[in-house]
Amino acid sequence: MAERYSSFEPNGATWLLQRITAALLVVLLAFHFFQLHFLNHAYEVTFADTQARMEDPAYFATMVLFLVAAAFHGLNGIYNALVNQGIEGTRKTIAKYGLTLAGIVLVAQGIRVAMAMAGVTIS
Amino acid sequence: MSQSYDRGLIEDFGRWREFSAGMWAWILHKFTGWVLIGYLFMHIAVLSTAIDAASGDPATYTDTIQGLESLLVVRVLEIGLLATAVFHILNGVRLLMVDLGVGLEAQDKSFYASLVVTGGIVVASVPTFLGGGVV
Repeated sequence: MAERYSSFEPNGATWLLQRITAALLVVLLAFHFFQLHFLNHAYEVTFADTQARMEDPAYFATMVLFLVAAAFHGLNGIYNALVNQGIEGTRKTIAKYGLTLAGIVLVAQGIRVAMAMAGVTIS
Repeated sequence: MSQSYDRGLIEDFGRWREFSAGMWAWILHKFTGWVLIGYLFMHIAVLSTAIDAASGDPATYTDTIQGLESLLVVRVLEIGLLATAVFHILNGVRLLMVDLGVGLEAQDKSFYASLVVTGGIVVASVPTFLGGGVV
């Protein structure tokens, strides 16, 4: 087992989550791409079409899962890259909480947009 | 226990001529990762026009999307985005193999294969991205 170098902690939960979200993203991105570039064309998208797609609960849930998986994978990936770069102490803490906050804002705004598309309002 | 060995600093980009295939793979994976997360924030920002659209002005959303899609530069950037995503996916699978210690002796060949397959998929996608209503 020597002579092998990995920057990941093999037993860490985020290591596993990074890979689970990666697998999900391969499938979801392929679906998203075929849906909006082959079946439908991006240049013909209208709000009514988007609404019709997002009003289907399964499609809505799939898109929210896509958003959460992408946000986690991307921001955790940046965190891994920064740790790899050698940040430590306060800078590491700031990166961790800053990226977590960015993820929360991104997912919250994304869900707000998805709800607007699906015609769901919170009163 | 795993053990590290000194390959020198990859951040020392001035010695890029000495970089091996694996180091290029590492750099390209980080670079494509940054591009993809940056795009995700931008994508949600553009789609946020749906909030105005839902409160009675659907043209805000439709005109934004169709306006962007009518620009050749946006179509070219979309091809670039596909290239970025496809490479990141293929190299990601390669990285998982490396991480699990599978096929380590072929890690440079699998990097070249990732590049070639990315190139093929991107070329094949060009007609789809450049078709229809582009200025």
